[in-house]
Amino acid sequence: MYETYRDLPPIQVTTETTVDMPTGTWRTFRPVISAERCTRCYSCWKFCPDLSIVVQQEGDYPYVDLFHCKGCGICANECRRGAITMEREPL
Amino acid sequence: MNRRKPRFTIPHEDLMHPGHSACPGCGEPIAMRLVLKALGPRTVMNVPAGCCAVIPGVWPRYSLRVPLIDHAFECTGATSSGIRAALDAKGMDDVTVVGWAGDGGTVDIGLQSLSGAIDRGTDFLYVMYDNEAYMNTGSQCSGSTPWGAWTTTTPGGKEIARRTGKKRILEMLAENGIVYGATVNIAFPEDLVERVRTAKAIRGPKFLHVFSPCPSGWKMDPSKTIEAASLATRTGMFPLYEYRDGQYRFTKEIKNRKPVEEYLRLQRRFRHLSPAQVAEVQELVDKELEELRARVEAGRK
Amino acid sequence: MIDAITANQAAALAAKLARIEVAAVYPITPQTTISEKLAEMVSSGEMDARFMLVESEHSAMSALIGASYVGARTFTATSSHGLALMHEVLMWASGVRRPIVMPVAARAIGGPWNIWGEHMDVIAERDVGWMQFYCENNQEVLDTVLMAYKVAEDPSVMLPAMVVIDGFILTHTVDAVDVPEQGQVDGYLPAFRPDPVLNMDEPRRFGGLVMPDWWTEFRYRIAADMEGAKIRIREADREFGRIFGRSYGGLVENYRTEDADAVLVVAGSAAGTAKEVVDRLRGEGLKVGVARLRVFRPFPSEEIAELSSRGVVGVFDRSYTFGDGGAMFNEVRSAMHGSDNIVKNYVGGLGGRDVTAAHMEWIFRNMLDIADNGLDRKIEWVGLRDGSGRW
Repeated sequence: MYETYRDLPPIQVTTETTVDMPTGTWRTFRPVISAERCTRCYSCWKFCPDLSIVVQQEGDYPYVDLFHCKGCGICANECRRGAITMEREPL
Repeated sequence: MNRRKPRFTIPHEDLMHPGHSACPGCGEPIAMRLVLKALGPRTVMNVPAGCCAVIPGVWPRYSLRVPLIDHAFECTGATSSGIRAALDAKGMDDVTVVGWAGDGGTVDIGLQSLSGAIDRGTDFLYVMYDNEAYMNTGSQCSGSTPWGAWTTTTPGGKEIARRTGKKRILEMLAENGIVYGATVNIAFPEDLVERVRTAKAIRGPKFLHVFSPCPSGWKMDPSKTIEAASLATRTGMFPLYEYRDGQYRFTKEIKNRKPVEEYLRLQRRFRHLSPAQVAEVQELVDKELEELRARVEAGRK
Repeated sequence: MIDAITANQAAALAAKLARIEVAAVYPITPQTTISEKLAEMVSSGEMDARFMLVESEHSAMSALIGASYVGARTFTATSSHGLALMHEVLMWASGVRRPIVMPVAARAIGGPWNIWGEHMDVIAERDVGWMQFYCENNQEVLDTVLMAYKVAEDPSVMLPAMVVIDGFILTHTVDAVDVPEQGQVDGYLPAFRPDPVLNMDEPRRFGGLVMPDWWTEFRYRIAADMEGAKIRIREADREFGRIFGRSYGGLVENYRTEDADAVLVVAGSAAGTAKEVVDRLRGEGLKVGVARLRVFRPFPSEEIAELSSRGVVGVFDRSYTFGDGGAMFNEVRSAMHGSDNIVKNYVGGLGGRDVTAAHMEWIFRNMLDIADNGLDRKIEWVGLRDGSGRW
């Protein structure tokens, strides 16, 4: 988006968000949510460091944003119903 | 099955984007997310060196949805005062200024300017995310490293090199003149949000001490971040309490306190501790809690 | 209105006239009376600025960087150890392009302790991306603070500026100063409207991590804009002259240099002494002159290079770069590279030692002597008790 020093903003300031950063590529294990077991307590959503457990609105089931999820496993560890399992990504 | 209606117990809106640069399982973005949820968009952050300068992303990208000003390591308090002064001069006194720094940036190198900001009566919220060492540089001992913990700068072989415990920063700042202070823990989001809201509503210098595990520095699995954080409070190693109007108050009473060993054995930074040393940690924690209880009791009189 | 005031009072009055919005204040001799004057004017209501007490100079500069991002015109003043303590954040201020203006009461840095005037403190900060203006007298201090804001806040510059005031010699001596009317100053110096500025509706991050792939370009921008500031300084000086009837020659003030056989390059208050001696020696028929270095950063290499047609060039440094002569000397000599001129360094006026007319006369006569007989030595410590009986 910038080609030369002339294109830079006059002072150093950000102009984009991190949304297009594919942090999901860091992942070794992916969280898989079982809808049958999920009680929608939203613990996984509350504790996700990567804003990768998405609940669109109150009452919805959570789903995983795999483009960003780094696979830390906090959601699976904190799920009291065991509704989330960490499955190894294919090599 | 739980039959209650599913509901959000903390604000739904996030003021943070995914794709940030924190390590997997890092406690700090959880803390950032929660604090920003509680504060809302009329917030200006400022951060010194530390993981807090990495997580927001690499230029030209940015992961927060509130303005952020970066600055040198030791000046979070001072920069906060400057931002506050200018906002007031511009008539933007509804904006909350947040100085956000790590434990090293607070209890060590940033202590002077934080003390100055409190002395100046700056209306701001200082948030110290405590991962108990200089983690951005790879686990060097800080004044907030707990007794006996391993870091790369606490050599000692079989001896315990870290023979002093965490500085009592909240108490230090209470004596300095903060109008509100609280310890909070990312494992208790509802409590954290409530404390932040309380702080936001009070004018003057406020301080939040956020417990924020670092899986890589603490040498534990990244999935254990919340579990470790929760145990820190449930064992009494990191009690949750607040300070206001000269009084201390427990914000989370822990009944059936768990032995500290449960917390310590989750992390390999304590692996070298002998059973006798673990007992020593237990004694220290018991004593600290007793002293805190005495401060709480003194306030009730 | 003509007022009898010190240079420190002049600096504080200039801050008021510039309508600064946030001031960070911390005492250090011989700057303190600037802070005190500000306090007095804020407390009497003469001045409407946020007066912020800080607990160190490091915090003063850090606070102003934050305030400047919000769009406030900012001010602080310091000296010596205080300036040295700021070193880290001076670089931050220029690196993130905050046009902060800061008078510096130039003073020695210990140890051992010495509270008196010299240029070591400011010279030690010549590489940090700040413009440096050196003032000859109290009037110039007031005028230069205003000019410094004008240049610093120019969208093509956006770099901070130090206004150097010789410790005690100017900071604490009273002189007649023409204090301009507020309306005139408002006409010269428009309100500070930086872009981009902190904006709640458009949350952005200022000063965050830049990787090696773009760091060079950001540094180049500073280098290029510092170079471009030379044009802005010359313009600001001319415009100042049109409005206030005083101008200072841009980056270098040439005093009777046109036909000179020997020119002394000198910055700050010592230039006044040098000019008087020049007048006297001219009366004797000696062709001597002074090139007063008004701006050291950006370095006026073009103006200095022009001195190559003027015979011997002496450079008076009120500081010393241990290991290799005075900094001004080395830079002047470097700007004159390729010329045949003899360039000699005179070091003096350290730690409050007076630079007397006798010293200056000795320097001019020495320059004329080496014009005929060749360079005697590269560096002369003027007034040094060396047992020679020369001083």
